[in-house]
Amino acid sequence: MQSTLSSTLANRSLQTQSRRDPAWRGRLFWLLAGGVLLWPMLVLTEFKVWTLFEASNLKPTLKFLSDFFPPKIEREFLLLVAKETWRTVAIATAGIALALVLAIPLALLSVRVLSVSALTGRMNALPAAARTVLRWLMVVLRSVPELIWALIFVRVVGLGPTAGVIAIALTYAGMLGKVYAEILESGDAQVTQTLLRNGASPMQAFFYGLLPQNAAELTSYTVYRWECAIRSSAVLGFVGAGGLGQQMDASMKMFNGSEVATMLIVFMLLVWLADATSAWLRRELG
Amino acid sequence: MNTTTTAETTRPKALPPPLFDARCKACWFVAGLVCLTIASFWTLDLKWAQFFSVDATRRMGKFIGEMLVPETSAKFLGKLGWAALETLAMSALGTLLACFFGLALAVPASKTHSADPARWRGVSRLVLNMLRSIPELVWAALLLISAGLGPLAGTLALAFHTTGVLGRLFAESIENASSGPAFALRSRGISEAKIFWYATLPQVLPQLLSYALYRWENNIRAAAVLGVVGAGGLGQMLAFHMGLFQMQETSSILLAMLLMVALVDAVSYASRKAMAS
Repeated sequence: MQSTLSSTLANRSLQTQSRRDPAWRGRLFWLLAGGVLLWPMLVLTEFKVWTLFEASNLKPTLKFLSDFFPPKIEREFLLLVAKETWRTVAIATAGIALALVLAIPLALLSVRVLSVSALTGRMNALPAAARTVLRWLMVVLRSVPELIWALIFVRVVGLGPTAGVIAIALTYAGMLGKVYAEILESGDAQVTQTLLRNGASPMQAFFYGLLPQNAAELTSYTVYRWECAIRSSAVLGFVGAGGLGQQMDASMKMFNGSEVATMLIVFMLLVWLADATSAWLRRELG
Repeated sequence: MNTTTTAETTRPKALPPPLFDARCKACWFVAGLVCLTIASFWTLDLKWAQFFSVDATRRMGKFIGEMLVPETSAKFLGKLGWAALETLAMSALGTLLACFFGLALAVPASKTHSADPARWRGVSRLVLNMLRSIPELVWAALLLISAGLGPLAGTLALAFHTTGVLGRLFAESIENASSGPAFALRSRGISEAKIFWYATLPQVLPQLLSYALYRWENNIRAAAVLGVVGAGGLGQMLAFHMGLFQMQETSSILLAMLLMVALVDAVSYASRKAMAS
C-alpha cells in the first residue's frame, strides 16, 4: 500500500516536471529582447497599420481597387501599352548594348591574366596601378543604383528614354565589367600564359586562349543581365525615364485603377516572358 | 544539273565549313541580337544631340562642381543619420514581415509527401509569383495611395515583394527537406501541424535563416532607393533635395547611400567568411 502510493506520487511529480518547458528562461529572454529590438523599428518606420483602415484612407483605396476589375482593354489604350512595353524592352536592350561597349574594354584592361609583365612574377607598377583604378571606377559605376543615375540624367537631358538608357548603360557597365573580369580570371590561365610567353600580344592571347574557354559563361551572364535590365527599365519610368513605368506612374497619379490593372498584368507577362526567354537561351547556349 | 551535283560532292575537304549554317544556333542568336539592338536604337527617340550639347555639358559640369563640396552642417548630418536609420529599420521590418507571411504561404505551397493532396499548392504559388513579379518600387507607388507618403508604404512594399521571393524559396526548401523524420511521426498518427513543427521546420530552419539574411541585405539596398517615389528613408530625402536642385545636400545623401551599401557588403562578406571557416 505504502509503496504503491509513493510510486504514484513519484510518477505524478515526474509528469509535472516533464510538462514544464526546460528552456523557458531562454525563450522568455529572447522574446523580450526581440520586443526591445522591434519597438524602435516600429517607431522609426511609423508602423501604424491601423491608419490603412481609417475611413479617409480606406475609401480611396477601395475605390482604386474596385476600378481594377475589369482592366481597361480599349483598343487605343492597348496599342499605347504595347508601344510602351516595346520601349521598355528597347531601353533595356540599348542600355545593355552601350554597357557592353564600356564593359568589354574595362574588363579587358583590368584582367590580370593578360598582363605580360606579370608573367615573370610581379606586375609592373604602372599597369598594376591602372588596373586598380579601373576596378575602382567599375565599383563606383555599379554601386550607384540605376534609379539614382536616371534621376540625375533626367535633370540633365529631360524626361524620356535617353536618361533611362544612360542610367542602365552606366550601372550595367560596372556590373558586367566586374563579373567579366572575374569570369576571365577564374578559369585555367595556363593556355593564355603559354600564348603570352611565346610572344602573342595580349589581344591575340585573349581571342585564342581566354575567350574560347569562357565564351559560354560570358554569354549566359550577359543574357541574365539583359533580363534584369528589362525589369529595371520598367521601374526607371517612375522617375520619368520613359517606358511602361512612366505610363503606370501617370495612371496611378490619376487614380485610374483599370489602366493600372492592365499595365500590371502586361508588366507581369513581360517579366515572365523575359525570364522564360533568358532561361531558354542560357540552356541552349550554355 | 548533273555538273552541279558532282561539284557539290567533290568539293575538296580542305575548305573551311561555310560561315552561315541554318543549324548554327550561335549565328541565329547573334543575328537576332543585332536586329533587336538596331531596332531598339531606331525606335527610341534618343536625344544624343541634347546629351552632348554645350548646354547639357555645362549643366552636368555645374552639378558635379556643386557636388564636390558635400553639405556637412551638423543639423543636416543629424537628419541624414536619422534617414539612414529609417532606411535600415524599413528593410529589417519589411524582411521580418516577409519571413512570417512567406512561411505562412510556403506551407500550403509545398507538397511534402506523395500522399499529400496539397490542394492549395497552385493558388498559393500563383499568389507568391504575383507578389514576386511586381518590383518593390511599383508596390511602393501602389501603396502610397492607401498608406500615404512615408516609411510605412516603403516597409509594406518591401514586405510584399520579399514575401513572394522568400515564400518561393521557403517552399522549395520545405519540399526538399528529408522526409524520414516526418514519415516516422506520420506513421504514428501525429497531426500534420505537429509534424511540421517538430520534424520539418527544425531541419530547414538554418536554410530559411540564410535566405532571410540574404534578402535583408538586398532589401537594405532596395530601401535606400525606394524613397524616390516618396516611401521614406534616404531615397525620399534624395528626391526632395534633388528636386530643389540642392546639389550639395544631394551629394551628401548619395555618399551616405554608398557608404551604407559598402558597409552592408563588408559585413556580409566578413560574416560569410567567418561562417565558412
